[in-house]
Amino acid sequence: MFGFDGIMAEALGLILTWDRDLSEIVLLSLRVTLTAVAIACLIGLPLGAIVGALRFRGRGAMTVLLNALMGLPPVVVGLFVYLTLSNAGPLGGLRLLYTPTAMIIAQTILVTPIVAALTKQVIEDLHGEYAEQFTSFGLSARARVSALLWDARYSLLTVALAGFGRAVAEVGAVLIVGGNINHVTRVITTTIALETSKGNLELALALGVLLLGLAVIVNAGVMALRASAVRAAYA
Amino acid sequence: MRDLVIESTETCANPILTARGLSYATGGQTLLHGIDLEIARGRRTMVMGANGAGKSLLLRLLHGLLPPTSGEVSWQGKPRAQAMVFQRPVLLRRSVLANLRFALKVRGLGWRAREARAREALDMAHLVGKAHQPARLLSGGEQQRLAVARALVCEPEVLFLDEPTSSLDQASTQMIEELVNAAHLRGVTIVMVTHDMGQARRMCDEVIFLHVGRVAECGPRERVLGAPRSEAARAWVQGRLYTGPAI
Repeated sequence: MFGFDGIMAEALGLILTWDRDLSEIVLLSLRVTLTAVAIACLIGLPLGAIVGALRFRGRGAMTVLLNALMGLPPVVVGLFVYLTLSNAGPLGGLRLLYTPTAMIIAQTILVTPIVAALTKQVIEDLHGEYAEQFTSFGLSARARVSALLWDARYSLLTVALAGFGRAVAEVGAVLIVGGNINHVTRVITTTIALETSKGNLELALALGVLLLGLAVIVNAGVMALRASAVRAAYA
Repeated sequence: MRDLVIESTETCANPILTARGLSYATGGQTLLHGIDLEIARGRRTMVMGANGAGKSLLLRLLHGLLPPTSGEVSWQGKPRAQAMVFQRPVLLRRSVLANLRFALKVRGLGWRAREARAREALDMAHLVGKAHQPARLLSGGEQQRLAVARALVCEPEVLFLDEPTSSLDQASTQMIEELVNAAHLRGVTIVMVTHDMGQARRMCDEVIFLHVGRVAECGPRERVLGAPRSEAARAWVQGRLYTGPAI
């Protein structure tokens, strides 16, 4: 049994030699997370912008719903998706359970309300500034929403980043619907949970370091982009 | 009351816009009281009065940004193309050129026409060298020039301006006035709120003087600024503090 230093050295060794299992797990994690975030943005950005910029019946209820869904428990989402995709469920015929697609569906359900609710706030603030000018232009609702989304694009990068953070760190839902099957649905977080329980701390720590590194790199990239936009008064 | 407010408005021969019984109330308070007025086609009309008189609110009602509580705004014939410039320019988070292109795109112009018109507007506003700069990094005067150019690029028949030069220096004020006067010479009807008596004397043809949400008087500049009939307008023109009763 090694001490912490020994485990850390083994973990760094795994990262530096870019172990095949390790790379497979990291790449699957990225594939699932980025796909889920992209789908969540496709749904959440326009939805949040509509709720933030337009006045319609039920807008208040929609806002409450989006805010409430931000705190969805991942295991409940996992269970819901599991029941839906299981053989006895309404979408059982698609045979998606224990596939990366099922994990993407679960993560999309978790991330979309976060993207939509944060987008709503960003767009509402910007719309407060633009509203009279847009009315003066005679802008349609659709043109209004798309102009706001475009002008808020750098602020919305932070929103996408929040969604990425939630998705990449998620374990409960993907474990339930993915099953943590080796070489099929094993991602960083589920592997860390499994390997830690088995006492294989080197791989768990290596994946933990990679997960943190990934989060730092993505954050730094987005922040740098946003900072340059702020300097140009575009954000 | 009769010497505080001249209730009847002088009708103009060729109005483009008419307001009848225009009132606006909010929070249990009536801010505009049954305004009747006509905006003369192709003329420069200045809306004047003290702070809180309802000048900006009247402009918003005439432009259609707010619905009146009662009364109506009607256009002669069909509704006309109109644009508005705000006291604090509202510029999109885009380049100077992109701000102009956006306004033209909203009007449904094709790409080629947009480019040509946007370049003309840049030239008119003396902003050619700043075309690709972020609009929000321009100086206050340049931002307001861009806002006026963006309003004019769509060729409105009526241009509303809400104190466009209130926070600008003399040089910037002069450039804005030149833009507005050039538009007037092309036949654009100008409706402008101003606090500046000098600007009113330089630029306007007609004056609407508001006092506490009512039209104290309105008419040709020479008459209203030369021989005001209402006490509130008289005090304003003479530069006296008006301490008379609120209406």
